[in-house]
Amino acid sequence: MSEPPGATVTLPEAPTADEPSKTFAAQRVLPLRRPGRWIATAVALVLVAQFVHGLVSNPFYQWDRWGYWFLRPTILDGLLITLEVTAYSAVLGLIGGIVLALARLSKSPVLRAVSWTYVWALRSIPLIVVLIFLYNFSALYKTLSVGIPFGPAFFSFDESRFATDMVVAVIGLSLNEAAYAAEVVRGGILSVDQGQHEAAAALGLPKSYQFTKIVFPQALRSIIPNYVNQLIGLIKGTSLVFYVSLLDLFGSAQTMGSTYPGDIVPLLLVVTVWYLILTSVVSVVQFYVERHYARGATRGLPPTPLQKLRTGLTALRARIRREAAV
Amino acid sequence: MTTDTIEAATVEVHDVHKWYGTHRVLDGVDLTVRPGEVTVILGPSGSGKSTLLRVINHLEKPDIGYVSVNGELIGVKRQGERLRELSERAILAQRGRIGFVFQNFNLFPHLTVLDNVAAAPVATGRLGRTEAQELARELLGRVGLAARTGAYPRQLSGGQQQRVAIARALALRPGVILFDEPTSALDPELVGEVLAVIKDLATSGTTLLIVTHEIGFAREIADRVVFIDGGKIIEQGPPSEVLDKPRHERTRDFLSKVL
Repeated sequence: MSEPPGATVTLPEAPTADEPSKTFAAQRVLPLRRPGRWIATAVALVLVAQFVHGLVSNPFYQWDRWGYWFLRPTILDGLLITLEVTAYSAVLGLIGGIVLALARLSKSPVLRAVSWTYVWALRSIPLIVVLIFLYNFSALYKTLSVGIPFGPAFFSFDESRFATDMVVAVIGLSLNEAAYAAEVVRGGILSVDQGQHEAAAALGLPKSYQFTKIVFPQALRSIIPNYVNQLIGLIKGTSLVFYVSLLDLFGSAQTMGSTYPGDIVPLLLVVTVWYLILTSVVSVVQFYVERHYARGATRGLPPTPLQKLRTGLTALRARIRREAAV
Repeated sequence: MTTDTIEAATVEVHDVHKWYGTHRVLDGVDLTVRPGEVTVILGPSGSGKSTLLRVINHLEKPDIGYVSVNGELIGVKRQGERLRELSERAILAQRGRIGFVFQNFNLFPHLTVLDNVAAAPVATGRLGRTEAQELARELLGRVGLAARTGAYPRQLSGGQQQRVAIARALALRPGVILFDEPTSALDPELVGEVLAVIKDLATSGTTLLIVTHEIGFAREIADRVVFIDGGKIIEQGPPSEVLDKPRHERTRDFLSKVL
């Protein structure tokens, strides 16, 4: 193969360059060797092993205490609060976001300006400031509400201190969430092809049908990944409700931590693992929801993990058989 | 609303002017199309032919002038001596009587072929779900796609998608159908199947207005050819006159480029 290039190589020899193709025709092409990749893999594996070893063997983490706290009723109560606050705020925030996005896309300059200003303000103010402000605002409003006969049904909640904190937390998070959701929804609606609006209009479909059945389902394809991102931020954002004296997952761990100062680290680990679980569940749900709304957008649906595993195994078996044959 | 009784519509375009900003797209267009007539609109790109079509179903509002279908004003109503814009709901209701087929099909990608066709009759309250699906199956059979009712638009070829789009336009039983360059986005070998469907419609007596660059097709099916340039109708008449013995320099010039 490695003939020294020199005077011996003359033009008439050029056609022989084609000959190897006949000799090697029946053989498989060997893949390029990549030593750099192997070294990088080894380094990464060592680092991961070290990290896991440290996590398991370092007594500082007190995994036995972690086991003690993980399913304690106080922690589970906190988890429930986190889930409740997240669920309410996610739904209210999304509804608010849709309304704001539609206002922003409307032909009325007043609606557009109001929507823009809302998003601008709420995205500028830190969530914790919104929450603490509302917390105090509700206290202020409660003393005022005695003399004002408006909305007694809504504020009958005030009887129970707990419900008030919950309401404040949900309102604060929803207000904040709506501002971000508005932009996510607006982006999704803008991503739908103009031709879709035209076709719906040309068919004379009623305006509400155009939005709910034609435009929004297509917008969801881009809304879902962005909104789930937002949702995961929200799950963690709920830890701020601790500051309006609502004992969520983080809040209960924090409280237990001040009662049992020796357990602060395992308590933080309990919280971490719970947040990891919540995020994982959301990600799995996201996969299937996205898959649902991918219908028609791609020629085939993306495979589920199980399908991927099965095709992967089939491919591997085929490859082994091929290798064995060579 | 039984199936095979469609009233072919008369379309009148009366002195329509349209500007985009300072650019004049339509400059006093007058056109009357008789019931069942097949009219092909020709013209160089940017001549205003697509805009004219979009004015007829009020996707574009004329700045001056009006359009009527079967004597009913489209998108406006008479208010004393003046014309007043109709509500969006009323305009949407009128569009049901005017079919529109787009160059890029614009099928709803998230709905199956069957639902694409059945959606409008259900959404506008004309038919129940099962009746609409029955009608959709019948129409899809008519355009040769009875076997693909469960497919999604992106799983079909361009020609098949355009045939679904035609079935979708037919589902509202329109008295007139407007075609905006229905074969311009298709691969050459797929053009024929779409033209065959349009030809079938032409013989069925529906009023058709077709913007196209297929001169041969125009000669074959058109009762009348309208040549537009610079937002004005330059000349019109049967294909044997406009296509074979054009009187106008601009028409001759255009035909020499496309033939």
